Formats: sequence, C-alpha cells, structure tokens
Amino acid sequence: MPKFESNPFRPELATIQDIIQETSNILTFRVVLNDEQKMREFSFQPGQVGQLSVFGVGESTFVINSPPTRKDYLQFSVMRTGEVTQRLHQMNIGDQIGVRAPLGNGFPVDKLKAHDILFIAGGIGMAPLRTLLLYMLDNRRDYGDITLIYGARSPEDLCYTYEFDEWRSGGVRLVLTVDREFPDWKERVGFVPTVLTEEAPSSYKCMAVTCGPPIMIKFVLIGLKRLDFEDHQIITTLEKRMKCGIGICGRCNIGTKYVCVDGPVFSYEELRQMVPEL
Amino acid sequence: MSEKIFIAQGELTAVLERLSKEMDVWVPVEMGDEKWGIRFLPYHRDTVVVLNRQSTLGPKNVLFPQVETLLSFRYQKDDDDPSKQHIDLKDRQDISPALVFGARPCDVRGFLTFDQVFLNGRYKDPYYEQRREKTLFATLLCDTEDSACFCSSVGSGPGDREGSDLWIIPVDEGFVVEALNEKGRKLIPVMGKQATPEQIEKARRIHEQVSAKHVGEDDLTRSARDFTGRFEDMDYWRDMVSKCISCGICTFVCPTCYCFNITDESRDLTGERLRSWDSCMFYHYTLEASGHNPRPEKFERYRNRVGHKFSYFPDTYNGMISCCGCGRCIRSCPVSIDIRRVVHHLKEAVDAEV
Repeated sequence: MPKFESNPFRPELATIQDIIQETSNILTFRVVLNDEQKMREFSFQPGQVGQLSVFGVGESTFVINSPPTRKDYLQFSVMRTGEVTQRLHQMNIGDQIGVRAPLGNGFPVDKLKAHDILFIAGGIGMAPLRTLLLYMLDNRRDYGDITLIYGARSPEDLCYTYEFDEWRSGGVRLVLTVDREFPDWKERVGFVPTVLTEEAPSSYKCMAVTCGPPIMIKFVLIGLKRLDFEDHQIITTLEKRMKCGIGICGRCNIGTKYVCVDGPVFSYEELRQMVPEL
Repeated sequence: MSEKIFIAQGELTAVLERLSKEMDVWVPVEMGDEKWGIRFLPYHRDTVVVLNRQSTLGPKNVLFPQVETLLSFRYQKDDDDPSKQHIDLKDRQDISPALVFGARPCDVRGFLTFDQVFLNGRYKDPYYEQRREKTLFATLLCDTEDSACFCSSVGSGPGDREGSDLWIIPVDEGFVVEALNEKGRKLIPVMGKQATPEQIEKARRIHEQVSAKHVGEDDLTRSARDFTGRFEDMDYWRDMVSKCISCGICTFVCPTCYCFNITDESRDLTGERLRSWDSCMFYHYTLEASGHNPRPEKFERYRNRVGHKFSYFPDTYNGMISCCGCGRCIRSCPVSIDIRRVVHHLKEAVDAEV
C-alpha cells in the first residue's frame, strides 16, 4: 500500500515522562516524543496547542504549556471533564499516547516586546499563560514589568503553586486571589475582575493577556476597558470543540475564522470584528 | 480534431463493462427499496443505471466516504518490559483508480468546494487528495430540471463543465461523449466509436440549447453583505427555521457539505480512528465538554449553514459560493424549508435600513 508523504491526522507516538497532581481534577503531563530526532527538532510558539490521543478513546486539544525555551519535554495540563481527559487521568508514567502538535497560531511575542505585561488568569486558564510567562522570563530583557493576577475558587484549585517562587524571583508581581475566605489564606479574596479593578494597573505601554472561564473573561474585558485599555492592547485565547485541529472538519468556526488554525489566540480588536457567536 | 465518440443506448452496458475492468466505475443506481432512491454505487453486471433523473444522493461518497479509516492501531506488549505496552500505528490507504459516470454538473461542482478546503488550505488532507487524483468524472449534461433546481442562481448551470474530465450529451438514440482534458482523453478509445458529423452537430445544438437555460430565478451569489446585515435579526432566523426539526438531511444530501467527525472504535487491543460525515445541524456538533455550546439553538445552527455557504465561504475563497444549486436540501427536507427563500429575503433588511 502507498504510504502518505505527510499526514496531518497521524499523531506522533509519545511517552508520558512525568505526571504532576495540580488540583483535585487537574493533572499536568510531561511528555516526550518517541522519535528522538523529531523531539530535538520540535519547534513551536508560546500559545500553540496540541491534540493528545488516547488510542481507542479519541483526541482532545490542550495548550503546550511549557515554553519553547525549555525543551526537555512538552507539558500539557488536563482537567478531567470528558471521555479523553478521564482516560488520560487514569494513565501512568511510561504509558503511550499520541501527540499532534504544534497547531494553531500562538501569542504575538514580538508585538508584546518592550511593553509592560498584565496577565489575568482564572483556574485552568493559567495553562496557556504559563508558557508565555516562562518564555518572557527566559527573554526577560525584551519585556517590561510583568504582573500576574491569578484567581481560583479555592487555594487548592490554584495550579503551578510549586513554581510561584521561581516566577517571583524572575520579577513577576504575583497577585493571587480566591473566591472566598479560607483558613490560612493570606492573599486576596474576591473574583478576578474585582481584584483587577482594585489593582487598577495603568494601560500606558501595557499589554493585557487574559484566559479563564467565559464569565470571567466577560467581566475582565469590561474592567480593562474602564482602565482605558484599547482593543488591540487586550489578548485572549478562545476555546471551541475541535476534531481535526487543521481547519477542515468545520465545527470550531466563528464566522470565517477557525479557532484551530486562526486562533486560539485573538486580540480583542479581532474578536470585535467577528460575528457575535462565542 | 474530433475526439467525440458515440455510445448507442444498447451499448452502454458493454462500455461500462469494459471500463470497469480498468477501474472502479461509479454509476447512479436505483435501489430496490424506496428509502434510498437513486445513489452512486460501483458498477457490476446486474446494475441498472439510471441516467434520466437526478440521483437522490450525489457521488459525494466516492471522494469522501461516509465512513473511512484514518488510522489503525494495535497495543502490543513491550518485550523488554512486560509491564508496558507500545503502540503499532498505521495510516496507509489503498486507492484504486475510479470513474464517476453519469453525475450531473451540480454533483461535480460540489467537489470544487471540497478542493478549496481539503487541498488549498493551510493543511492538505492526504486521504481526499489521493482519491481526487485517481478519480475521473464523466459528467452528463443536465436536461431534467425540476422546481427545486437552481444551479444557475449560484453561478453554475445545466451545461457547466467545470471539474469534469469527460462530457456526456444525451441525444435521442444514445450519448455523444467528449474528452475535456488529457486524463479524459485516455478513456476515449475504451468508450466507443467515433461519432458521425450528424451526431456531433445534434449534440452541439443540444449543448447550446441547454447551456442557454437559466435554472433558478434569483442571483444568489452576492449575498455575503446581506447575510452580515441580517446576522443579529433573531426574528428573521427564528421565523425562517421555526419548522426545522434538526434532522440533518440537508447536510447529508448536500454535495458541498464536508463537515466530519473523528471517533475511535476499538476492540480488545486493536482499533481504528474513523472519519465520518457529521452535520452542523446537530446540537452535539459544537457542544463542548464543559457544557457550553456556541450554537445551542437550531436557528443559530441553520444561520451558520447559510452563512457558511453564502457569506463565509465566498469571503474566504474569492467570491466562490459553497452551494451548487442541486436542490437536494429542498427536495429532502421533511418540513420543506427552502434555502433559496432564506437567502433571497436576506436582502430586504439591508435595503430597508438604507
């Protein structure tokens, strides 16, 4: 039988190298492609995504949340939600999965240069911002002041807590918040948009990058507009149900745009030009 | 230089027989039961070919099977470490050369939409590409329009030869067949004897007559701006599709509808990753694992279908409409929703605002 020269539907086989329990329903997987040369040559932009395969169950899309500047493994954080994520959560170190990556567009890292950066994350929405944050720490001189407002329902629902010290020592001002009071919690209390308003960062030479649940995004956008952020100063990532991941199967469109190839990263300026069907 | 041949009515079977020795020949066949009507199947000796009516289902499945295997996989014990498994993954496919005989211009035009998406996008679909390269189209000039046909309204027509390799013109006592390109020319010797000047002249006149016909009333090719103007008019969309039962037949029979799903099927340690036709009319099509659905209501799903064909697609691909005007969605719709009417009335709101 003839072999395909290239096949975007064929995943690379990969091995789970490490698993980190982030929260009660989020695991982080560190994955290495079995083909050593492909692993060495693998290149991507912060914010690009990958399709993880559990053969026999299916595929789901996750952001590559390790930065391209750190290539020992590719990291994906997976919240247990549907069939594929359920099975991923049952996997062990050494188990085999498939990876189709990189897919999608990634963050505009050059456009962000020479700006102060305001990250605003909610829950698992921290994953795509982590890759960009670490990329900036590894290219620290290209970027100005970095602030991260990161919220979750409870202290137990915050991801990557074991890295907070590294982020702080890299010069990130970390503003943590949870939805309500918890014993021993000494950081902020309140929803992310409220904390944003309290912090009131200046929009001067600043770019805001936000990711989180739709309801959070909605109020964060309102908050940023009140702080005089222009539409082009706001960058977010979208989520849609995806299958092919390569702009063909049809389901992730918003008007003429396909989130899998035109996104998942969009500026608020671009979002406002799309049909209102998020 | 005449490369026109003639196939007499009575010789058709013998011609198909000869062709089918060299390749898979797909022909429109009437199914015994009422459920299926006419659809394209591989020719064999007992096949009764129906060329005097449009098929119920076009030849979409020839280049885009309703279900096809993308990958096959097998979990195997790791010989070095019995506590581990590794995966054997295969993605090959074996495609034989094929001929679609007796499709109509609208059916063939459907694949022009596929070509844009599967071959000219940022990624090439290798499964479609292999089939496309190996498949020829001997297309029948269409002289059997009905009240649901509107091919001329979308920039095509009953004499549209775009996308075909051979062109078949029915004359009283048989068919005059002409090659339209090099690929088609190679089949001419297998197909029949040189046509007489009288037969060629007769065919020429029929082609001229049929090509001059305008099938369909409106021009629906310039609706992109009107669609945008109507997008947020919820009353319009609710009114237009209140009858819709979200059955998805419009997408199933549509020659330009290419949306698909990917699912895994496995048994024991082996399995396959399958691609199958999907439909944007279904609630589950866009339902996310979180429970969020960007198009939860049927009017939103129908609006996306109309937008995709008459606005999003032409905006993306140089004005090309992803509707071939075959009328199958109108004929098959159990509640008789008429896409021509939906697109036609888009305009009024925009005009009214001016």
